[in-house]
Amino acid sequence: MNIYADNAATTKMSKAAIATMLDYMENVYGNPSSLYGIGQYAKEKLEEAREQIARIINAQPREILFTSGGSEADNQALLSAAAAGERKGKKHIISTAFEHHAVLHTLKKLEERGFEVTLLPVHTNGIVRVDELEAAIREDTCLVTVMTVNNEIGTIQPITEIGAVCRRHGVLFHTDAVQAVGHLPIDVAAQNIDMLSASAHKFHGPKGVGFLYVKKGVRIQNLIEGGAQERGKRAGTENVAGIASMAAALSESVENMEQTKARLTPVRDRIIKGLNEIPHSALNGDPDQRMYSNVNFSFEGIEGESLLILLDRKGICASSGSACTSGSLDPSHVLLAIGRKHEVAHGSLRLSLGEDATAEEADYIIDAVKEIVSYLRGFSPVWRDLTEGKKEFIL
Amino acid sequence: MALYSDKVMEYFLHPKNIGVIEDADGVGEVGNAKCGDIMRMYLKINDDEIIEDVKFETFGCASAIASSSMATELIKGQPVDKALTLTNQAVAEALDGLPAYKMHCSVLAQEAIESAIEDYRKKKSQ
Repeated sequence: MNIYADNAATTKMSKAAIATMLDYMENVYGNPSSLYGIGQYAKEKLEEAREQIARIINAQPREILFTSGGSEADNQALLSAAAAGERKGKKHIISTAFEHHAVLHTLKKLEERGFEVTLLPVHTNGIVRVDELEAAIREDTCLVTVMTVNNEIGTIQPITEIGAVCRRHGVLFHTDAVQAVGHLPIDVAAQNIDMLSASAHKFHGPKGVGFLYVKKGVRIQNLIEGGAQERGKRAGTENVAGIASMAAALSESVENMEQTKARLTPVRDRIIKGLNEIPHSALNGDPDQRMYSNVNFSFEGIEGESLLILLDRKGICASSGSACTSGSLDPSHVLLAIGRKHEVAHGSLRLSLGEDATAEEADYIIDAVKEIVSYLRGFSPVWRDLTEGKKEFIL
Repeated sequence: MALYSDKVMEYFLHPKNIGVIEDADGVGEVGNAKCGDIMRMYLKINDDEIIEDVKFETFGCASAIASSSMATELIKGQPVDKALTLTNQAVAEALDGLPAYKMHCSVLAQEAIESAIEDYRKKKSQ
């Protein structure tokens, strides 16, 4: 059985996205900045995609800025808000401890430039508390940036409530919605979102394309200088085929959203229930306020990379928060942020299900994980010490 | 491109000398769970100072498991003094190479042997 369960890393392009891309590469090859027919046709198609995407998140077309993906969108949003804040002498930013590195590393860079960053705790359930966020807002706060859905543990953040708090305090609100767009309903107007980042390849679109929603009136800064594309805010000839393909993928994903959620939730819960039967294991993140496609577990006494390679041998593609999978010494900052100890953060497994996942596949995954965890524990010195009482179980 | 050589995969998927020696003459442990790697090595050493048997237990990634297994293969049947000359490079080479950021796994294997032999000598001198 072959199961691709790493959809939070990337997704397979949908047939509609591929068909659109091929069609555009063949037939819409003009440069949207050119004034002759084929150029203007490309411009028209580009604006069509912009309208389509804007409609889906309840924005105005001119509020959509195409980028190379989620990381660029995050960088641009944060640096723009920081620059605007700096002009007013506001150099404080609020975020969370478990943001994506596109946000955390940009914040680090801003700290070096003299900004003060408050990283809110996300507690053991992996959800930021709105009252704590509100309490952290200061006179000099220029930005609040909180992800919509965490990419590792799938927990859904109270974005609507955060948006309302930020609006009330007159603070800009950005959300990295890379894991949410196409999967959860987004309404930037109703949710008081000022800036939002999205990436096409997380919803069956192509890689290398994404967008930043910027509410009208919010000042934005260029990351890339050059031509006047994207209203002068993002130079470079537009990736028309990629953008149109993203719009096609997003439309389809959103159209099927409710149905997907209804179908996947029981599959997800079946896996959670099955993996919970493994002794000394625990689900990471809130069991309810989480993406219907996300399962993230820690297993005591084993290391995640070995688990992944053995799962791969059984046809299951998944990921882990183990340090060994990242090439760094520390395990996932997300798992550490929810209070998992290093030892058990290394032994984590993330499954992010595809829309077509079935109960039968869930059972196959459960059996495979049970078998492998037990095999790896069989020659783990950590597990031996735990079972012989020389060390205390954490989970 | 595969992450690991075929040899690493072979030693990860079918590790040799896995397990415990209950009456080991020397036991060594290196690494820590916090960093994600622990190796424990058990040696059975005869009166001629020959490593008659060696077993290991490892908590870690595929290359850590493969490195421990390969290291045990390389020292089994060898005199203690010779085992002490085993370098991490030799372990990595025997595995047809390790990715640069996984070289520390071979270092741990070398250190696990050293630690087990040290334990043996300490016990012997008592």
